[in-house]
Order: sequence, then C-alpha cells, then structure tokens
Amino acid sequence: MTAALEVRDLRVRFDTDTGPLDAVRGVSFSIAKGELLALVGESGSGKSVTALSIPQLLPPVRVSHPGGSIRVGGDEMIGASESVLRGVRGGRVGMIFQEPMTSLNPLQTIERQIGETLRLHQGLSGRALRDRVVELLDLVRLDAPRERLDSYPHQLSGGQRQRVMIAIAVANDPDLLIADEPTTALDVTIQAQILELVRDLRTRLGMAVLLITHDLTIVRRIADRVCVMHNGEIVEEGETAALFADPQHSYTRHLLASEPAGRPPARDPGAPMVIEASDVAVHFPIRKGILRRQVGAIKAVDGVSIAIRKGQTVGVVGESGSGKSTLGLALLRLRDSRGRIAFLGRPLNDLPPRDIHALRRQMQIVFQDPYSSLSPRMTVRQIVSEGLDIHGIGRPGDERRARVAELLHEVRLDPAMMDRYPHEFSGGQRQRISIARVLALKPDFVVLDEPTSALDLSIQAQIVELLRELQARHGLSYMFISHDLRVVRALCDEVIVMRKGTVVEQGSAAAIFEDAQHPYTRALIGASFDIVPSPPPNGDGRGATA
Amino acid sequence: MWAFIVRRLGGMLVTMFIISTLVFIITNVVPGSPAALILGEDRTPDQVAALNRELGLDRSVPVRYVQWLGDLLTGNFGTSYYNDNSVASVIAGRLEPTLILTVTAAILAVAIGIPLGIVAAVYQGTRLDYAAMVVALIGAALPNFWLGLLLILLFALYWSVFPAAGYVSVFDAPADSWRYLVLPAITLGASHAGVIARMARANLLEVMSADYLRTARSKGVRERQVILGHALRNSMIPTFGVVGVALALMIGGSIVTEAVFAIPGVGRLLIESVLRRDFPMIQGVILLIALLVALVNLAVDIVYAILDPRIRYE
Repeated sequence: MTAALEVRDLRVRFDTDTGPLDAVRGVSFSIAKGELLALVGESGSGKSVTALSIPQLLPPVRVSHPGGSIRVGGDEMIGASESVLRGVRGGRVGMIFQEPMTSLNPLQTIERQIGETLRLHQGLSGRALRDRVVELLDLVRLDAPRERLDSYPHQLSGGQRQRVMIAIAVANDPDLLIADEPTTALDVTIQAQILELVRDLRTRLGMAVLLITHDLTIVRRIADRVCVMHNGEIVEEGETAALFADPQHSYTRHLLASEPAGRPPARDPGAPMVIEASDVAVHFPIRKGILRRQVGAIKAVDGVSIAIRKGQTVGVVGESGSGKSTLGLALLRLRDSRGRIAFLGRPLNDLPPRDIHALRRQMQIVFQDPYSSLSPRMTVRQIVSEGLDIHGIGRPGDERRARVAELLHEVRLDPAMMDRYPHEFSGGQRQRISIARVLALKPDFVVLDEPTSALDLSIQAQIVELLRELQARHGLSYMFISHDLRVVRALCDEVIVMRKGTVVEQGSAAAIFEDAQHPYTRALIGASFDIVPSPPPNGDGRGATA
Repeated sequence: MWAFIVRRLGGMLVTMFIISTLVFIITNVVPGSPAALILGEDRTPDQVAALNRELGLDRSVPVRYVQWLGDLLTGNFGTSYYNDNSVASVIAGRLEPTLILTVTAAILAVAIGIPLGIVAAVYQGTRLDYAAMVVALIGAALPNFWLGLLLILLFALYWSVFPAAGYVSVFDAPADSWRYLVLPAITLGASHAGVIARMARANLLEVMSADYLRTARSKGVRERQVILGHALRNSMIPTFGVVGVALALMIGGSIVTEAVFAIPGVGRLLIESVLRRDFPMIQGVILLIALLVALVNLAVDIVYAILDPRIRYE
C-alpha cells in the first residue's frame, strides 16, 4: 500500500541576498493513509517550509531543492509540471493555514471562494455547485450555512473563517490535509473546537493529516505520531505516547521541559495597595443616522473591580474581545473610563493631565507584539533611554548610557548590542528590550499585555522567569493580561476571568485552578491543560455541539 | 449609505460656503478696478464713478458680499461686467469642452497607467519593470505646458497628423472632433498616467504577498487567475483613490492645457475673466471647479463602498 505522503531526504534552499540558506536539510518522513502526523518545532525550524514544499507552494524564484523527493500517493512533486501540481493542489492535497483573518480573499463571498476549488477540480456549476458548498459548510459545522453563502470574510469570526478554510481544503475529498498551525491565532476554546473538527473530518473522510505546530498540548491530544524538527532536520520521531513518555533527543527533552513552570510568590495580605479600582466601565458609543445620534453603547468593560498589592500579580484572563486589554489601558489612564481608580492611595479620576503625565513614570505597559511595538528607526539605546530623556532622569550622555547598559544587563541582553536596531533581534530579545524600556523608569505598576503570546514556548518560559525575578527584586506589581492559562498559573496569585466586558469569576489563582465555578472558566481551563475539551457555552459557530 | 451621502452633501454645502467667501474676498481685494479697465485709456473720473455705481462697486465690500451670497442662494450667479451676459449661461456654454477633455484625459491616464503598473509589478525586477517605470517617471515629471508645445511641434507642425489647436464639439462633427482631442488629452493625462502607474505597481506588489493568494494557489488556481482574479481587485482599491485625486487635479489642470491648445473651455474662460477683472465670472468659474472637485470626491467614496464590501458608511 502506498503512503499518503512520502518525503525522502528533502532539501530546501533559499536564495538570499547574503547567499544560499539551507532551511530544510535532508528531512525524511512518511504518512500512512488516514494517519495524523504532527511536525513539531519552534519558529525557524523549517517545519512550515517543509509543509509548503509538498504542493510546491514556495515562491519558485528564490527556492530550490538541491535534493530529495516528495511523493503524494506515489507521484513525485519535485520537478512536476505546473498542470500536474495544479491538479494536486486543492485536489489530492488540501491546505489550511495559521492566519484565518488574512487567508481568505476579503472581496469575495464565502460561496465564491469555496466554489472556486469545486469548479476547478470537479467542474461543478449552478445548483450542483451551490448545493455542494452548503453541504461543505454543514460538514465543517458552520451554523445556518445557507445564510452564510453571501457573507464576506470580515463578517465572520476567526473560528468561523477557519471553518471556511477547512471547507475549501476538504472540498475535493483530499487524501492529505496539511494544517499549518491551524489554531495558533485562535482563542483557546475555539482552538479545541477546530481541532475536534479536524480530528472528526479525518475519520469521516479517511484522509491523512500533516499537522504543523509548536503547541505540544495539541500534539499530545490528537497526533498518532510526532516528528520533532530542529534547525532544518528531524531530530526525533515516534508514536506520540512513547515520545512524550520517553524523549530520546536532548532538543525534544528541552521542548517538553519548556512549558512555563514554577509558581508565583506567596500572597502577602499586609502589602500596601498599589492600584485599586472599583466598578471600572469603558463604553464606546454606537452612532447612527444622519445626525449621528448615539443609539447605544458597546460595553467593552462593564463594572470591573481590581486591586493589586505591592509585589503581586493579578492575572486577567479572557478571549479576544473580552475587554481585558481595554481594562489595562483604563487603569493606566490611557483610555477614558468611569469608576474610581486609585494609585498608591491617590484617586486618579480627577487629576489634571499634567499630574497624570508625572504618574506615567510609575505606571508602565509591555505590549504583546514584540515586532511592531519598538520603533524600527531607533537604536536599542535610544528606545530604552527615551523614558529617561522625557522625565529628565540622570545626566544625558555617559550617565544615561551607563544606566541603559545596566538595564540591558538586568534583562540578560549584552550591553554591547545597545547601538543596534530592533530588527537585528529575535522576538524574545525584543520583548526583553521592551521590559528594559519599562524598567528604566523604576515603575511601581506594570501592565503586561500578553507579553509572551507571540513567542515560542521555550522563550515564553524564559520571559516568565525573568518577569518573576524582576518582580522579586524591585517589588513590582503586575497586571498580567493573557489568554494562556499555563502562563497565568506560573505567574499570578489572583485571577480575574473576563467575558464580554464583565467578570465571570474572580479569586485566588489556586482556588480557580482547583475548583472553577463558572462553566466558562472550566471550558478555558479544559482547553488550556491536558483535559478532554468540554464544550464552552455558546461559543463560536455551532459551539455547543462541536 | 444614504445617510452617509446626505451627510456628505451637507458637508459640501459648508465647504462651498467657505470657498465662496474666500473667492469673494480674494477677487475684491486684488488691485485693479474693473470700471477703469472696461472704459479704457480715455476715461474720466466721472465715467468711472458712474460705471462703478452701475456695477454696484460703490457699495462697501460686506454689503456686496451679502448681496452676492443672497443672489447665489436664489441661483443667480450674477452678470458679467464685460458683456452683460449672465454668468451661468456663459459658463454653461464653456462647460462641454472642459468636461470632455478632462474625462478623455482621465480615461487615457487610467488606460495607460494601470496596465503599465500591472506589467511592472508582475515582472518586478526585470527590464520590463524598469522600462515601464522609466516611462511612468518621464510622464509624471514632464510639465504639461511643455509637453503640449512639444506635441504640437511634432504632430501638428512637422507631421500634420493632428490639428495644432482648437476644439470641435462631438455633437457638431462626431467624426472630426476626436482629432482635436488627442493632443490635449495626452498633455493633460500624461503626468497622471505616470502617477497612477507607479501607484498601481506599488499596490499590486503589496497585495502579491497576501495570505489569500497563497490560499488561492493551494486550491490549484492558475497563476494568471491568481493575479487577475484575486490580487488585482484587492490592489485596485487604493489605486482607485489615486485615480479620484487625479481626476480632481485634472479639472483644475485643464486651465493650462486649454490655454496651450486654445480650447474654449472653462479654464480659458477663467484666464480671460481674470485679465478683464470680470469679478462675477471669476467667482462663478472657481465655484464651479470647487463643486466639481467636491462631487468627484464624493463619487470616489461611493465607489470605494461598492468595490470593498468591508466599507459600509454609517
């Protein structure tokens, strides 16, 4: 019996301005019919490049295969003609990608985008085409499929878009589904539903699945077999259970050990209160009509109370759109809000802008995206010392330079690199730069807005470690915003669970992780940790039945 | 959508009011008396005073302004100082050449600029790309009065392919009129064709790395269809904004082109009126140009909403 996919000694070379770069160096693996193989690795390991090579979707101008063979159902892909490849793409091989927000054409309806692949491969048209599209939407469990036909991608949520992508990928009954980080950009409860759908479709359609991911929880949950990739090579391969139980290669052990560990410092009920807010509300007006009268309001944050003591961390957990970031901005007075907010015992509500400006020094924020939150035109030294310049701390010149060096040292970056620009640093290093920038002002209170979610797992663990260490040394108070409960458990002593702007559950981290009361919290915990996913209450799509 | 259009039309009224005020102030504070100009060298102070009284120029500027604005609101644009004709009817008589010239030039700019930009983007980094961009740069860089003179020299004087100047209405002689349009339309459209080509190229290149093109390829769509069916329309949305700006600029830019080719349009009327200090006519023409530009902008916003389903004006 031929394998669904057989990759032998695959090499992929990128032709870069600085010379050839071997991204994949002799990778071999195969997937049997109906099997689910996970290809695991961190960013830059070559796993996505391997995946895109299969239907030869890498840009031909800059990419070459110095060697190797890719056989889909016995047919060679490397060197195959365009027309053969077009038959394979979307026909025998379906693909779904990481970014459901940008993977669909924003100007075409759902029906047209799913229909295109049916027209190309099966020559369907008219009624038959429409019926098949509805059937596919039903198959991927999008509710009210007939009414969705004329929807545009922007009218759907991330989870719904990913369902549409899956419908496109499986439209022509492929033998192989390549899923490249299909859930990374989604909220955890939606992730569970999408994985469930992939698993279900695999059995129902009898297709093999190649799952590319960096998330070991997902692998453990659904993969039959795992290949671990590192630096363009497969370093270990095995049955999922066996590999997790007894990893052989040092890199695999490193990956498995790098889930955020450790516990937050003990609670200290006697510590002074740093920030205390009650009944915070942020409403955005909805205006309609010729006169733009306010007809209602979006309640981004509605009646949330939060109190953080010196040296402690409160985790704010929730999915995108739950209002957790808005709450952070409101506490820092970067967003207008109602409700009382007091910082170190001083009410902030009626302070004039000048006094707020002075307080900014003591209240800082670290953002999620390490790639866009640092100015590309400033050196690391300029970025870190900007706050010192604004607040006139230290003498300009050598004194500030020395302070920047000290700060970089503290976040474990080489001070010799301070005159470089952000693009020369990796994501984790950039996040360290952001933290140094914040530390420069010796703040009391720091809002950490998903500071680890864009990072690889092992880097995440390092940043969490660094944050905890800095907190102990400087007595910092954190508000830690995240959707990742594993990181929250490692860092927070108190947790607030938000949904649609309101608090659904609030209490000590231990109590919530041990014995969550609200079904939504339980669904979040179930999706984050290695527990069989329980259906969340009315989530995305046909959530309850997924 | 309708609420949006109504609100925009309301905004246009405010804009037109501000422009009319500015136009009135500028025309009335520039030195030079219309009466003196009309009466010529042999005038007496009495004659000048009498004519000023007749034209209403003896009253103070604010009084004249209120009077003029009141007339505007009733649709009366005033009477020419020069020949007693109604401003509205004179402008109406001159509108056709300007509109036809501008629209032809715009079509030309789009028909040349967009394919040029697409070719350059699809063959990015090749000689074809460089050649297309050099052509675009030359088009964008040439001053249009100079290009007009050059075209007249080559195509009218040396080779006699097209007439050197003048205008024949399509409604009078359809077979002949296009020959009079070719050179002026190229003159007016060339620089915009260049700008549009560069924008079309940049926008298409930006779209070329979009994730949804990868999705299309993964469905087995032909490369040609990936570009024509998926990339192009997405890249056209920002490009279209440039086309709108170009059209608005061409309405104003037609003044120079009409002068070079002796086309009896609104632009030439404006120059004649300025030389004659024909205040009501100047004000009328500038208001008309401002109105056309505002309407073009509104049309651009409406077409945006048609092209892009994500834009829904409230």
